[in-house]
Amino acid sequence: MASVGDAAASEDQRATLADGASRRSFAWLGVAPFFAFALLFLIGPTVYLVFGAFQDPTGALTLQNIFDLFTPQIMAAYQISIEVSLASALFGALFGFFIAYAIVHGNLPTWVRPTVVTFSGVASNFAGIPLAFAFLATLGRLGLVTLFFRHALGINIYSYGFNLLSFSGLTITYLYFQIPLMVLIIAPALDGMKREWREAASVLGASRGQYWRMVALPVLAPSLLGCFLLLFANSFGAVATAYALTGSSLNIVPILLYAQIRGDVLYNPNLGYALAFGMIVITGCTNLLYLWLRARAERWQR
Amino acid sequence: MKKSLPIGPIVVVVLAALYFVLPLIATLNFSLSMLRGVWSFEAYRVVFHDERFRSTFTFSVVAALCTIVLGALLIVPTAYWVRLKFPRMRPLVEFITLLPLVIPPIVLVFGYIRLYNSSSILPFTGSAMGTNVLLVLGYVVLSLPYMFRAVDTGMAAIDIRTLTEAAESLGAKRTTILFGVILPNVKAAVLSGAFLTFAIVMGEFVLASLLNRPAFGPYLALMGANRAYEPAALAVIAFAVTWVCMGMLQVFGSQTPGRRRSGRSLFRFARRANR
Repeated sequence: MASVGDAAASEDQRATLADGASRRSFAWLGVAPFFAFALLFLIGPTVYLVFGAFQDPTGALTLQNIFDLFTPQIMAAYQISIEVSLASALFGALFGFFIAYAIVHGNLPTWVRPTVVTFSGVASNFAGIPLAFAFLATLGRLGLVTLFFRHALGINIYSYGFNLLSFSGLTITYLYFQIPLMVLIIAPALDGMKREWREAASVLGASRGQYWRMVALPVLAPSLLGCFLLLFANSFGAVATAYALTGSSLNIVPILLYAQIRGDVLYNPNLGYALAFGMIVITGCTNLLYLWLRARAERWQR
Repeated sequence: MKKSLPIGPIVVVVLAALYFVLPLIATLNFSLSMLRGVWSFEAYRVVFHDERFRSTFTFSVVAALCTIVLGALLIVPTAYWVRLKFPRMRPLVEFITLLPLVIPPIVLVFGYIRLYNSSSILPFTGSAMGTNVLLVLGYVVLSLPYMFRAVDTGMAAIDIRTLTEAAESLGAKRTTILFGVILPNVKAAVLSGAFLTFAIVMGEFVLASLLNRPAFGPYLALMGANRAYEPAALAVIAFAVTWVCMGMLQVFGSQTPGRRRSGRSLFRFARRANR
């Protein structure tokens, strides 16, 4: 490529793009490796599974696999998965919001915010199997907190129905990476809340409650909802933590899919594809909603 | 504005600190109490003397390094070229790099297993080496969102167009521009993406487990299922690895070059060209 051509490119990008067929035909080579890679290792495998979900073992088109998803076992798996994701996303968003608000608008010492943000960066990546180990050492039957409650306060939390290897235990464990993620993604939105809005509201005679109800929350709503959805998708696809924590005792979709890939427990490979397809549909929808909401939220952050 | 003590925020932060620090203390405590009645590093000693720990840890380190090199080689030229030549294609590329956050890793690896089995056109899983390659490629996919975002932000901070023109007027070739001019300028961005990738790959379980590779993640799961104290020690080690990565991320992420507009980045460029 001639350097003159690129000097022209800086003058007017579009003119160069429309300049000549020969130049364009070489320029696309620069992005070809990326698209080839994405096609082979990201889009291709996914599309293959999606097609497989609509085929029977002989390769003929069918909707039977999708219907087969609506059996009690698989529906129960989806239900527990969605419940755990909803609970951990809801509490994660709630607590994360409080923490983020405290560090952004709480008049705390200046060192608090960078410390919390750095720790959040670490904790949101501290998922998977080590996290399960950490919670077994904390809230397991011989965990530090469990023993503390039993010896110091005389309360056996396990006799009150708590079990780390259950819905509530999994939710509490997931919160360890959900809350920090919320802090990281909601902090910029809270930064965007201008002091003037609050001052303007109080000049006009609004109370604290009215300011939150009529100014702050409507502005924050798309961000909050968007973050909630991102957190939902984040925990919906998580396998490793649940696997290390509960083995296969908790019947959630990723664990079921894991078992299916390992040993075809559903006795139908195409039903496995349908299971994966269902996961893509759920995470895909939540992410699309998230993107749409983020676009709405950004209108206030200019 | 009142100048009173912010009680509410303090309570929130202290409670949060409790929730986040307690599991760490409990894990540390558990990992040190393998011998009855005394504190000891026995669990760590056992772990470090375990041959499988050393081999799986090394395997994952090598996999992570390969992932970083391959990811950087894929992403840096793409991000550069898209910014320079196809700015209107950037949303599409960004969307593709965000897809790994939408498609769960377990679905991705399921597709790999079915698509690249030993009877397909690209039989990656036919041999151990091929499976290793597939694993690393899968890790590159998982790292795409972080790598692309880091590099693209780095590119936005420097004036790549002016840099390219300046290098071209001095007679530099495409590869020289990319590796001698652009890459040094986005080095900090690449490194911050790299440390995040390293942290992700070290603890990754699903891909390695389902592709049957002897990586650190499956080893962790195996220990968790069979031992009591060693998993706590391993969790502490894993957490330390994550901390080191994030610490490096902070160090390198804060020294992004060319933040002060093109004048400084040109100066940097000139200085590098002097070498």
